[in-house]
Amino acid sequence: MRGVFVNGIINENPIFRLVLGVCPVLAATTSATNGLGMGLAASFVLLGSNIVISLLRNLIPDKVRIPAFIVVISTFVTIVQLLMQAFVPALYEALGLFIPLIVVNCIILARAEAFASKNSLFLAASDGLGMGMGFTLGLILIGSVRELLGNGTIFGTALFGASFEPMLLAVMAPGGFIIFGLLLGIVNAISNKLSTRKGV
Amino acid sequence: MKLRLSTGPHLVNRESTQTLMLDVLIALVPTTAAGIYLFGTKAAWVLAVAVISAVVCEYLFQKLARRPVRVMDLSAVVTGLILGLNLPAEAPLWLPAIGSAIAIILVKELFGGIGHNFMNPALLARGILLASWPARMSVYHLPARVLGVTEVVPAGADVISAATPLIRPGGYQMYDLLMGNIPGTIGEVCKIAILIGFLYMLFVGTIRWHIPVIFVGTVALMTWVMGGDPLRSVLSGGLLFGAVFMATDYVTNPMLKVGQVIFAIGCGVLVSVIRMTKAFPEGVTYAILLMNILTPLIDRWTSRRVYGMVKKHA
Amino acid sequence: MELTLTNFLLFMVNCILTNNFIFSRYLGCCPFLGVSSKVETATGMGLAVTFVMALASLFTYLVYHYILVPLQLTYLITISFILVIASLVQFVEMFMKKSMPALYNALGIYLPLITTNCAVLGATILNIDNSYNLLWSVLNGVFGALGFLLAIVLMAGVRERLEASNIPKSFKGFPISLVVAGLMSVAFLGFAGLGKM
Repeated sequence: MRGVFVNGIINENPIFRLVLGVCPVLAATTSATNGLGMGLAASFVLLGSNIVISLLRNLIPDKVRIPAFIVVISTFVTIVQLLMQAFVPALYEALGLFIPLIVVNCIILARAEAFASKNSLFLAASDGLGMGMGFTLGLILIGSVRELLGNGTIFGTALFGASFEPMLLAVMAPGGFIIFGLLLGIVNAISNKLSTRKGV
Repeated sequence: MKLRLSTGPHLVNRESTQTLMLDVLIALVPTTAAGIYLFGTKAAWVLAVAVISAVVCEYLFQKLARRPVRVMDLSAVVTGLILGLNLPAEAPLWLPAIGSAIAIILVKELFGGIGHNFMNPALLARGILLASWPARMSVYHLPARVLGVTEVVPAGADVISAATPLIRPGGYQMYDLLMGNIPGTIGEVCKIAILIGFLYMLFVGTIRWHIPVIFVGTVALMTWVMGGDPLRSVLSGGLLFGAVFMATDYVTNPMLKVGQVIFAIGCGVLVSVIRMTKAFPEGVTYAILLMNILTPLIDRWTSRRVYGMVKKHA
Repeated sequence: MELTLTNFLLFMVNCILTNNFIFSRYLGCCPFLGVSSKVETATGMGLAVTFVMALASLFTYLVYHYILVPLQLTYLITISFILVIASLVQFVEMFMKKSMPALYNALGIYLPLITTNCAVLGATILNIDNSYNLLWSVLNGVFGALGFLLAIVLMAGVRERLEASNIPKSFKGFPISLVVAGLMSVAFLGFAGLGKM
C-alpha cells in the first residue's frame, strides 16, 4: 500500500511524469496558494471518486462504465465547489472556471479507469492519496516559481526587497507555459541523470 | 595528390555563416553609430551588455550541452546587437542582460541552435521584456544630441511613455523623423542609417529587396486607404528597422519567393491593424512574430509538388 | 448584447484572437499538446471540436434555462453539463459512424476524447457565467473552437518543422511543446487590445 502511495508522488507523478491534467496546472499556478488550493480540491475529488468507484467496481456494467465514472466524479466536484464557495470564497474566485473543470481533469478519469476500477478499496485509496499529493506538490512547486518571479512573494510573503522588479510575464499565460515547460525539462534531465547513475 | 570525395553540388563559395553575419553587422554599423551619437554613452552600454550577454550565454549553453561551441560564427553578436537596438536608451542594464539570455537560451539554443529557432530570437525576447516590464520598456527620452542642430536638448526634456512619435504625429517634422531627432528605441530612430544598411545588404547580396519593400509598401498602402499620411506612417516607429533587419531573417521566414511575398504582406496588414486599433502604439514586434508562427504553414501551402510521389488516394 | 455587425465582428475577434482559448485561457491544452504533431490530424480534431462545441453550447443552454433554473437545481450545473456533453459525443460518434464513415475513421480515437476536452465544458460554463443568450452562447462556442482550431493547426505546423531539430534529450516532447506554446502566446499578446467590446 505504501508503494502505491509513493508511486503517485514520484515515479508516476501526474504533473511531471504522466503529464496529465495540464490545464489546471497552467491556470492554478499563478501563486503558490492557488496551487495548494487547487491541489487539495482535486485531491479530495480524486480520493473520493477512487474510493467510490473501487467500492462499486463489481456492480458497474462495463458498457456504461465511463458515464458512471463521470457521474461519480462530477458529484464530488459539485460537493467541492459548494464547500469552497462557502468556506474559502476568495480562493473560489481566484480559481474560477477551473474548479468545475476538475471534472474533466484527465488524471481523475485516468486513475478511475486504470486503477480504481480494478483494485481493492485500500489500494485505490492509497493511489488517490498519492496521486493527489503528487499533483498538489507539483502545483505548489510551479506556483511558487511563478509567484516568486512574477510577484516577488511566496504564499503571500515578500521575499525580495522593494527594489526587485517582478517579471510580470511569469503570472501571465505565456509565462505559465514557458515555466512549466522549462521545469518539466529540468525534471526530466535530473531524472535521466539519476537513472544513468543507478545503472537503470 | 589528395582526392577529395564529396557529393555535389560542388560549388565552392566563400560565404559561410560568419561572413553572412559579418555583412549584417556592417550593415548595422550606421544605425549603431547614429544611436550612440543621438542617445549618448547610456546607449553604448546597453548595446555592449546585450552583445556580451548574448555571446556569454551561447558559449555557456553550448559548453553545458556538450555541443560544438560556435560563438565565432557571430550569430550571437548579431542577435545581441539587434536586441540592444530594440531597447530604449534608458533601459537599466539588467534588461538587455536578461533579454539576451532569453533570446539565446530560450529561443535559439533550446531548439537546437542556429537555424532551428522558429521565431526571431531578438524580437521574441523584446516581446517578453515588453510584457514583463512594461514601464521600463516604454519610457523614451528625446535624444541628447540632435543631428544637424547645434544646440543640445537636455535628455529629460521630452519624456514620452509608450514609444515613438506615433503618439504625437503632428509634433515632428519629416526631417526629424528621417534623422532621428525623435524619441524611440536606440536603433529605430535614424531612418537614414537604416536605409544605408539596407542598401549595403542588398549590394552584397545578404538579403533581397522584396520582403522589406513589400512589407513597408503594404503598410503605406493601408495607411493611405484609411486616410492617413503614408510617408509619415512608414517613417514612424520601428517599421523600417523591423522590415530591414528582422523580417529578413532567413531562418524564420518562408523558403520560396511566393511564401515570402505572402509573409511580407501579412506583416504589413498586421502592423496596420494593430496600429489602427491603438492597442499598442507599435505593432511591428508582434506582427513579425505572428508571421513567423505562420511560416511553416505558408511553406506547406506554397511548396511545389514533388514529381514521382505516389498520391495517397489511388 | 444586441446583434449588430460591429458587435458580431468584435465578438469574433475577441473569441478567436484576443482571448484565444489556448493562448489566453488555457482551455483545451490536453488535446492541444497531444494531437498537434501533424497538421492533418490537428485540423480534423479542431473541426470536430468546433462541431461538438456548437451543439454543446446549444443543448447546455437549453438544459440550464429550461430545466435547471425552473426547478431551482442550478447547483447541478457541473453534473448535468458534463452528462450532456458526454451523451452528445456518443450520439455524434454513432451518427458519424453510420453516415460519414470516412471521417469517422479518420478521427478515430480523437472523437471520444472530445468529452474530456476542457475547452468544451469550459465554454459551456462560460456561457452561463457571462449570461449570454442563446445566440451568443452558440457563437461563443463556435468562435472559441475556431480559436482552438487556429492554435492547434499553428502548433502542428511548428512541430512538424521541429522534427528536424536537435533539441536536448530531456526537453523532447512535452517540455519543448510547452515552451513553443508559451512563445506563441507571447506573439498572441499582440492582439490584446483588439476586439474591445
